[in-house]
Amino acid sequence: MVAQLTKNERQIALVILLVMAAVGLAMAAGGRNDPFGVHGALVMVVAILGMFGVISGYYAPEPPEDRLDSYYDAPSKFGIIAAMIWAVIGMFVGDWVAWLLAYPDWTFDAAWASFGRLRPVHTSGVIFGFGGNALIATSFYVMQRTTRARMPDQLSPWFVLLGYNLFCVIAATGYLMGVTQSKEYAEPEWYADIWLVIVWVTYFVLYMRTLARRKEPHIYVSNWYYLAFILVVAMLHIVNNLAVPIAWGSAKSYSLFAGVQDAMTEWWYGHNAVAFFLTSGFLGMLYYYMPKRAQRPIYSYRMSIISFWGITFFYMWAGSHHLHYTALPQWVQSLGMTFSVMLLIPSWVSAGNALMTLNGAWHRVRDDAVLRFMMVAAVFYGLSTFEGSFMAIRPVNSLSHYTDWTVGHVHAGALGWVAMITFGAIYASVPWLWKRQAMYSAKLVEAHFWLALAGTVIYVFAMWNSGIIQGLMWRTYNESGTLAYSFTDSLIAMHPYYVARAIGGLLFLLGAVVGCYNIWMTIRTAPSAAPETAADRPVLGGAVLQPGE
Amino acid sequence: MFGFHYRLERKAIGLVLAIIGVASIGGIVEIAPLFTIHQTVEDAPDMRVYTPLELAGRNIYIREGCYACHSQMIRTLRDEVERYGPYSLAVESKYDHPMLWGSKRTGPDIARLGGKYSDDWHVAHLNNPRDVVPESVMPAYRFLSRAELRTDDLSNHLKAQRRVGVPYSDDMIANAAADAYGQAAPDSPQAEGVAKRYGKATNIRAFDGKPKDLTEMDALVAYLQILGRLTDAAYKPMASAEK
Repeated sequence: MVAQLTKNERQIALVILLVMAAVGLAMAAGGRNDPFGVHGALVMVVAILGMFGVISGYYAPEPPEDRLDSYYDAPSKFGIIAAMIWAVIGMFVGDWVAWLLAYPDWTFDAAWASFGRLRPVHTSGVIFGFGGNALIATSFYVMQRTTRARMPDQLSPWFVLLGYNLFCVIAATGYLMGVTQSKEYAEPEWYADIWLVIVWVTYFVLYMRTLARRKEPHIYVSNWYYLAFILVVAMLHIVNNLAVPIAWGSAKSYSLFAGVQDAMTEWWYGHNAVAFFLTSGFLGMLYYYMPKRAQRPIYSYRMSIISFWGITFFYMWAGSHHLHYTALPQWVQSLGMTFSVMLLIPSWVSAGNALMTLNGAWHRVRDDAVLRFMMVAAVFYGLSTFEGSFMAIRPVNSLSHYTDWTVGHVHAGALGWVAMITFGAIYASVPWLWKRQAMYSAKLVEAHFWLALAGTVIYVFAMWNSGIIQGLMWRTYNESGTLAYSFTDSLIAMHPYYVARAIGGLLFLLGAVVGCYNIWMTIRTAPSAAPETAADRPVLGGAVLQPGE
Repeated sequence: MFGFHYRLERKAIGLVLAIIGVASIGGIVEIAPLFTIHQTVEDAPDMRVYTPLELAGRNIYIREGCYACHSQMIRTLRDEVERYGPYSLAVESKYDHPMLWGSKRTGPDIARLGGKYSDDWHVAHLNNPRDVVPESVMPAYRFLSRAELRTDDLSNHLKAQRRVGVPYSDDMIANAAADAYGQAAPDSPQAEGVAKRYGKATNIRAFDGKPKDLTEMDALVAYLQILGRLTDAAYKPMASAEK
């Protein structure tokens, strides 16, 4: 890694690591009695190890000039491996907490091992660790190919990826120590949030610098989605995490907002984390990898435009559907419901555009499990966006809210859509990135596909059943006009579904483990592919390509 | 429209500005007015702030992720009001930085838990929920009784709370650690200060049954016993809505 950096970049890397080590030391000293200090020590150790790494490679020869003739893919390789590691960690913890809901004593008598601390490790591990790394890795790959331009330097992609993973590690270890803001999907505390802003701005600048070097006059649709992902996540992250720390040297902070305003801000963030982290970015992925793998062009350019701007505009209004019948003013609830229903149009236009792209390639869907991952992802995207709009309707929400139905809906999206498209994209990328003819074993890809699909279906059906039963039991009256069931009655009724859900999750986890093995063997032993062709190279010189070239 | 887009997608900066513009509108329309429209949060003159011990308990509630399974927001639905009590008002969480409305009821709503069970019940339940509710799937929190409560930084907590808008007085901030101790030690000299600063109705008792030690169990039980009790506004909703 260090050998790929120029002398100048090695010096900048050393300066950055030195500053990080100093900040880490200050944090460790200032937070001696606090988890903040532990994180300071962690930052310091990581920075010092990084410095050793850079120094040991410092006198290696500079990378040759002809590096500029090919795309810079080493960061994407790192990101894909990191994504798979986080997938296994996040899904393992997720399945563990799923079993805890069926058998609450299957844990240790220790604070870190209780459900409440493990759950955010699962959610952040899969969303930010697995999803985020996959998004960054594929965005680097896609932005270079679709602009026909190489990334401008070697250092900033590494800063983005390594910095982002440091954020994920601080987040996950923080939860185990009890460091959390309690805002769902925005749990990391103020110092982790500030660090993520620094990383994210670097990411944005890198993206814009690459776009500025593009040789294609038009910016391809994948890049619109990746850009929306970067920009809007920054906006949401900064506003929702505004907080006042209790002291330098303490991990604890208090949100700037309280009560109803805090609730609305949190769900404006929360729902749009779904929209711009878990949808927009992954649609960017879909728009590149699906047509490539199917060897078919995108079905409709106009549908791409309608769905992109529809999603960008409508989603931002939909957050208040998380707060139906609460103390949030009714006018905000009604706006949220209305826009949530309208959101179905751009969502289905996207899903339709993806599936129509497969016309003429359905025989490949049948034969190629990688493409089938992407096809199933598009189907689940369509299903879960329909379900989402439906659940946002106020009377439906009165039944579904607070129940497992919500959990089922989230996992239809997270397992069926986000994870499936990611596995599809990863299986497509690995042979391309490591210059292999194909994945080590197509049979194992097939096995992963069926494990993932079975796991998703079992999970989602279990949660649909338990959620609807729960919702109905809570509102059932007996003949004398009193509530028919105690809360405990509904809890007992959940048990079989909680077991089924944990089994579904286990299948999904097993699939990811099979995937890791297959990727590992592809990198180590699969036969090399022919040297890259001219098509997979950046266009050099000042000329901009003309359409059709 | 598509012709315009054909030109727009050739300009990176234009695309960025368009995304920011289009994505900002929803939030501006839905969130900004919540800070300016007065009716958003009802008036409740009797609303009091959390004592330092209750605030510490609230922070333990946050730390342990209790909000992931318990909501604190009773909706305006008949079955919820009959099961849990009067529906929640915005004013009841006006000092909650952050709010803990929750999104899931793996366990029941606890917006009106305060005073519903005895301290002994809570201690037994937190030590092992299945001792009192055999079917419960809640984790056991035995370690709370073993952990001494950290009080040295409570003044900083109150100061930060004041900075975000909670009306703590200088007196409250200066005595935060002593008040935390006093609230769980009714016979100690510090107990009087708590009643003086936070009102006679404040729960002052040995929450975990051991007045000598101040544990995290004390703090969490003190917090659970105040849920829904900071104001009576919810019990007379018509009066406050009319104003």
